[in-house]
Amino acid sequence: MPDLGLEVLFKGKNFARLLEGLGVALRISLISVVISIVAGIGVGMLMTWKNPISRAITRCYLEIVRIMPQMVLLFIVFFGTTRVFGWNLSGEISAVIVFSFWGTAEMGDLVRGALISIPQHQYESAYALGLTGIQTYQYVVLPQTVRRLIPLSINLITRMIKTTSLILMIGVVEVLKVAQQIIEANRMSSPNAAFGLYLTVFLLYFLACWPFSLLARYLEKRWR
Amino acid sequence: MADTILEVRHLMKQFDDLMVLKDINLTVHEGEVIVIVGPSGCGKSTFLRCINALEDIQGGEIRLNGELVSKESKNLAVIRQKIGMVFQSYELFPHLNVLDNITLAPVKVQKRPKEEVREEALALLSRVGLSDKAESFPRQLSGGQKQRVAIVRALCMKPEILLFDEVTAALDPEMVREVLDVILRLADQGKTMLIVTHEMQFARAVADRVIFLEDGVIKEEGKPEQFFDAPQTERAKEFLKTFTFERKHKE
Repeated sequence: MPDLGLEVLFKGKNFARLLEGLGVALRISLISVVISIVAGIGVGMLMTWKNPISRAITRCYLEIVRIMPQMVLLFIVFFGTTRVFGWNLSGEISAVIVFSFWGTAEMGDLVRGALISIPQHQYESAYALGLTGIQTYQYVVLPQTVRRLIPLSINLITRMIKTTSLILMIGVVEVLKVAQQIIEANRMSSPNAAFGLYLTVFLLYFLACWPFSLLARYLEKRWR
Repeated sequence: MADTILEVRHLMKQFDDLMVLKDINLTVHEGEVIVIVGPSGCGKSTFLRCINALEDIQGGEIRLNGELVSKESKNLAVIRQKIGMVFQSYELFPHLNVLDNITLAPVKVQKRPKEEVREEALALLSRVGLSDKAESFPRQLSGGQKQRVAIVRALCMKPEILLFDEVTAALDPEMVREVLDVILRLADQGKTMLIVTHEMQFARAVADRVIFLEDGVIKEEGKPEQFFDAPQTERAKEFLKTFTFERKHKE
């Protein structure tokens, strides 16, 4: 069996440091997810409006987010704003801003999709029963929208968690950065540590995302 | 003569450039069953939808017990509680079970006590032969069962008039009967109903009055026996002919 360099994990506080790094990644992604869901519901409703101006704006926003690599967005917010506006944003704040900007657009599109997938007749049969517009949303449209939305948005959450691996590029010490630091520190004593540590990071990401995937699958089945 | 429930005066409805309903006049008395027939595209369904203010209208007025029914009315939701409507595609709420589908509006809109509504819903369900389906979800029901639930859902609001919009058009032939039987029984109970249908045998049996609608106007109106056996207008004769079949070259 080749030396995978796993022994480095148990040196000093290395493993605890990795978990701490994972904590940073999860914190950033979960804060961004919460912001994205709240703002995304608003943007999604805007997207269903027939108003051409709101349509054009949300359309542009979504396209920008889809086309721009997240890394470029991170660089613009972290490095760009410092020079141009004199803001001194920390890496974590920049990451939350970029991830929320990205997540809101994607979430908005999911909300839009879920909203327009409720047939017009559902609204009409609710109105015909005497429900007001608000009651129709509350008891008929939103419960169905949420059911369609939750599995999809959980997908987005796992994508966000995975994408936090980019933020080491703006100096945030998250799990991947910690792994690199450990590898660097031990490159003489355990030159094979790279394999073992990246494998561990891989497993940590997996363990962080897998429960969400299971939950999505469970909800999808339950709500059909 | 029984009291007037619904009064439609000079109703006009236009979709863009297309005039769908031109000057429709109709008075519906309490307990009356009116069947509306006519070729597809003649505006029958649109007419029903106008009565429930699901369509905006371009002229005329609709009054239920003297109250104006219009998209602009402030108390439209209150007026709609008095008008039950059943759609061709059932439109049950897929996230609620049968019982919740039925009790949602009486409890949330009419603010009636939950227990009372529940008991009434179960009683109505057993009348249409579905007491064992109260906890089922719409996706577990056949088309005919869904449509019967939709009828119960409308009934549970205790409406003053019921509108049926081609309620059997989406059903398999063997399920049409179970739904029409329910409507026939409602007619026997003296419910006021406006029914759009393509089932002529049923129309004849259930109707107190038949209305023949074509090109957005009422072309003919009368007792069912009179309309089906001795239609007055050429167009009604032609229309009724499309429901009878004969082979010309039988050896």
